Amino acid sequence: MLSNQQTLGNSNDHGDFAGPQLIEIRGVHKAFGQNHVLNGFDLDLYDKENLVIVGKSGSGKSVLLKCIVRLEEIDEGTLKVLGKNIPTLNHNELDQLRADVGFLFQGSALYDSMTVRENLQFPLRRHTERMQGLDEESLIHSTLKSVGLAHTIDMLPAELSGGMKRRIALARTLILRPKIILYDEPTSGLDPITSKEIIELILRIQKEYDTASLIITHDMDCARVISNRMIVLINGINYREGTYRELAALDEPNVKAFFK
Amino acid sequence: MVKDIFRFQGIISFFDEVGKVARFAGRFFKEFLKPPYEFRELLKQCYVIGYQSLFLIGLTGFIMGLVFDLQTRPTMIEFGAESYMPAMIGISIVREIGPVITALMCAGKIGSSIGAELGSMKVTEQIDAMEVSGTNPFKYLVVTRIMATTLMLPILVIMADAVGLFGAYLVESMKGGVTFQLFFNKVMNNLSFGDMIPSFIKSYFFGFAIGLIGCYKGYTSKKGTAGVGAAANVAVVIASMLVFVIDLIAVLISDIFYDL
Repeated sequence: MLSNQQTLGNSNDHGDFAGPQLIEIRGVHKAFGQNHVLNGFDLDLYDKENLVIVGKSGSGKSVLLKCIVRLEEIDEGTLKVLGKNIPTLNHNELDQLRADVGFLFQGSALYDSMTVRENLQFPLRRHTERMQGLDEESLIHSTLKSVGLAHTIDMLPAELSGGMKRRIALARTLILRPKIILYDEPTSGLDPITSKEIIELILRIQKEYDTASLIITHDMDCARVISNRMIVLINGINYREGTYRELAALDEPNVKAFFK
Repeated sequence: MVKDIFRFQGIISFFDEVGKVARFAGRFFKEFLKPPYEFRELLKQCYVIGYQSLFLIGLTGFIMGLVFDLQTRPTMIEFGAESYMPAMIGISIVREIGPVITALMCAGKIGSSIGAELGSMKVTEQIDAMEVSGTNPFKYLVVTRIMATTLMLPILVIMADAVGLFGAYLVESMKGGVTFQLFFNKVMNNLSFGDMIPSFIKSYFFGFAIGLIGCYKGYTSKKGTAGVGAAANVAVVIASMLVFVIDLIAVLISDIFYDL
C-alpha cells in the first residue's frame, strides 16, 4: 500500500501560478461499494494553470473530474470550486457554477440527434446571460471558428471524424466562456497527428480564453507539452506531485512506469 | 434447497425492480410539475412518437379490420347473423382490439426506440454532458417522452380504430354488398359512450406505461453496448406485458360500471 504523498522541487509554491486558487480539494474520499477509488486525495488548481493528472486505468481519475462538477457525490472531504463548496450547493447554484466549469468528455459526448449548431445552442439557451450582448448565431460562428470548424455548422456528429468531434465538443464547452476546463483523456483514441493538433488547440484556446485546465491523460507526450504541474494518482492519493521534468527524473518504479 | 434460494432471490429482485420503477414514476410526477417546462422537446417527441408512427399504426389497423372481418364472417353467416357483422366488428375493434393492438405495436416501435436512444445516450455520456451544461436530463429526456407517449397513444388508437373499421367495411362491401352509409350507421348505432370512454381512458395508461418502461430501462441501462441492446429488448417485453395487465384491470373496472 502506497501512502507517502510527496511534492517535489519547488512546485509546492506552484511556480508562476500564485494567482487565485480555482479548485481546492482536501482529503476527498469516494468509494463504490467496497471499491475505494479516492482515499484522501488533495489538489489545488490555480488561475491559468495547466494541471495534468496521470494514473492507471480505473485509478479514479475520471471519477475525480465527475466529483468536481458533482456528477458523482464525494463521501468525505472538502471540494471547493471557485470558492464554492460543491457538496452543499443547491441545484440553481450548481447550474450557475457548472457554466464556469467546462467539461470535455472522453468520447466527446456530442448529442447525436442534433446538428453542430444545435449542440452549441443547447448550453447557450440554458445560460442566456452568457451571451455577452452578442447574438446567438455570431457567438456560435466565432466559437466554431476558434476551433477551425466553422464549415461543419450544419453537419451531424455522425458525419464528423473523431478529431473533429473532439474539437466540436471543445467548442461546445467554450461557448459559455468557462474559467476552468476539465479534460477527460482529450487525445484518447486519436492518431498521433490528430492528437498533436488537439494538444496545440488546447494550448491556443487556453491563451485565447484565459482558462485554467485540469487534464487527465495517459498520453505522456500530451502531458509533457501541456502541463505546468503534474500529479501521479496511485491508490486514490496524489502519490507524487511536481513538474514533468521532476517526475521524469525520479528513480521510482511506480512513477517511472508512466514515463517509459 | 439451492433452488428455493434462487427462487427467493428472484422474487426479491422482482419486487426490487418494481420498487425502482415506482420510484422512477414518482420522480416523473415530481419533475413534471416543476418549471421550467420543456415544450419544444415535448412537441418534437409528439412529432416523433405520434406523427412518425401514423403509417405503421394505420397499416396495422387496416389489416386488423380486414382480417378480423374475413375470419369471423363465415361463422356469422353459418349462424344467420350476417347483419350483425358491423355491430360486432365495431364493438370489438373500439373496445378491445384497436387499443391493445395499437399499444402492442407502440410498445415494439416506441418502447424499444426510447430504451435504445436513452441507453446509448447514457453509455456515451451524453446525459452527463447535458447535466453539466445546466439542463435537468430527467426533465428534458424522460418527462417529455413519457408525456408524448401518454398524449399520442389515444390519438393513434382512434386512428387505428377508424382505419380498422374502414378495412372491415371493404370486406363487407365486397362480400356482402353493404354500403358505406349502412355499415357505419350500424357501427355507430351499436356503439355507446360506455364502449368508447373506457377504451379511450385505458389508452392513456398504455401510453404512460410504454413511455415509463422505455425511459426507465434506457435511463438506468448498464454501461456498454450490450446494456443498450438489453435496455431496448427488456423495454419491449415489459411494456407489452404491462399492456395486458392494464387491459385486464381496465376491463374489470369497466365491468363493475356495466353491472351498476
